[in-house]
Amino acid sequence: MIEAENLTKRYGEFTAIEGVTFNVDEGEVVGFLGPNAAGKTTTMRILTCFMPATDGVARVAGYDVFNSPLEVRKRIGYLPENVPLYIEMTVRSYLNFMAKTKGVERSARRQRVGSAIELCGLGGFQDRVIGKLSKGYRQRVGLAQALIHDPPVLILDEPTIGLDPRQIIEIRNMIKNLGGEHTVILSTHILPEASMICSRIIIINEGRIAGTVTLKDGKVAVIESSTSGMVNLAESGKVYLRIQGSSEQVLPELGSNQQISSVQLESEEDGVGTYVVAHEAAIDIRAELASVIVRNGWGLLELRPVEMTLEEAFLELTREKVSMG
Amino acid sequence: MKNVPAIFVREMKAYFVSPIAYVVLVVFTLLTGYFFAAYFNWATRYQGEADMRVIFLNMSITMLFVVPLMTMRLFAEEKRTGTIEILMTSPVTDAEAVLGKFAASLALFTIMLALTFVCPLFLIMYSTPDIAPMAIGYLGLFLLGAAFLALGTVTSSITRNQIVAALISFVALLGLWVIGWMSGAVGSQIGKLLSFISLVEHFEDFSKGIIDTKHIIYYVSFASFFLFLAVKLVQSAKWK
Repeated sequence: MIEAENLTKRYGEFTAIEGVTFNVDEGEVVGFLGPNAAGKTTTMRILTCFMPATDGVARVAGYDVFNSPLEVRKRIGYLPENVPLYIEMTVRSYLNFMAKTKGVERSARRQRVGSAIELCGLGGFQDRVIGKLSKGYRQRVGLAQALIHDPPVLILDEPTIGLDPRQIIEIRNMIKNLGGEHTVILSTHILPEASMICSRIIIINEGRIAGTVTLKDGKVAVIESSTSGMVNLAESGKVYLRIQGSSEQVLPELGSNQQISSVQLESEEDGVGTYVVAHEAAIDIRAELASVIVRNGWGLLELRPVEMTLEEAFLELTREKVSMG
Repeated sequence: MKNVPAIFVREMKAYFVSPIAYVVLVVFTLLTGYFFAAYFNWATRYQGEADMRVIFLNMSITMLFVVPLMTMRLFAEEKRTGTIEILMTSPVTDAEAVLGKFAASLALFTIMLALTFVCPLFLIMYSTPDIAPMAIGYLGLFLLGAAFLALGTVTSSITRNQIVAALISFVALLGLWVIGWMSGAVGSQIGKLLSFISLVEHFEDFSKGIIDTKHIIYYVSFASFFLFLAVKLVQSAKWK
């Protein structure tokens, strides 16, 4: 649905983005994650035909953003970062105007405005002047105008910025539920948000793509680095243990287990040792570990799987650039 | 061109929500009405006859000051608030945006002119004036206004500051207004060219009640040129 190939944007000497290449498939909810000034907004503005790329090609819903911008614009819903709205209009008249300019047929307009209002929780606010709404509600109006023509592609730039915690949760759920029927790409610099909403996260840093993280059930599953080309399965297969018992006995006992690839003693204090056990990925040895420990008469104080967090994935991917450059 | 009506309506609503439209209407009608009363008072007493010619000339000069205020917000405000980003990423062409906004400013201007009809109305009520010259005079004002508004649309699209847009518009209009005054001082060919370009030269005939198609063509071409320029400027702003 969205294809970006080698997108580059230069302002004179300054390069905002370079060589940005990625794909978003139909129905995916993809996050565009990166620190501020990484190039997220620039990339989105190129995808929405707001500005042309200096180099590279982008296609949205099959249409080239440079050659067929009007076709692209018919098929996207875009919410810019600062949520610019006509603050002197009422919610309903604004959404009516947006419906008209986005090509919603007159006969369908009323129904579409109504459903956008309902979907974004704006019921009861239709006749309020936008200038009098709180930030959270303005954001909803912004989302409503992006959805008003039921576009196949949604491009959302930092959709939860500036909202209070409760509003953030509502908007996140809204966005998550839009996937499947719509293709969504959203940008954020909040890591937990990306892992909550998106199935795949493209990491951009200093104008370049650092890598992609694929999530499964909200946890890091696959990491692909764009700089080194490596693909990691992030299942670290690690278990963290705190065992009451002498490490001189624990280490060899655990080490002798065939399914365990390594045991590391992290620390020991007052007879309690902290261990990290690495095992083959894709198997769950927690039950076996527990029974081994208990059978040997040691105290099992803590046992939990160690998962790579998105923070770690992010740091790993963005660190590579520093070491390579 | 199907988006033009929607943009037109939205822009009209925006005009009447801000104080600018009301200020402009009041100021213009007040000044025109005052001048009308003063002149006709004096003329009927001391001259024995009077016509609207001087009034029309006076209105055209007032327009120099007032019309830039009508166009200053058209694109500048959208750039300032960022709403231009949503406009430019919707399936609306640059030409539709320019025409819709220009049409709204033209409609506001027409309302402003129409409010001054009360002056000739007084004349019709209390005497039997020649209607034709007055109608032609208003036609001239309308065409002049369209030209002013087209230029103002251009200046609004080159800046995000409304005041700057209004100032540049005023200075440009003034320049094009007085450029004809030099025609006496320079050689005859250049002099003719300068007075041809001048906005006010073409209005003279209208104020006298004379319709000459060459003046109509001038104003229509002027407005068309500047509207075309506005579309190009809006397009080029995306190229930065």
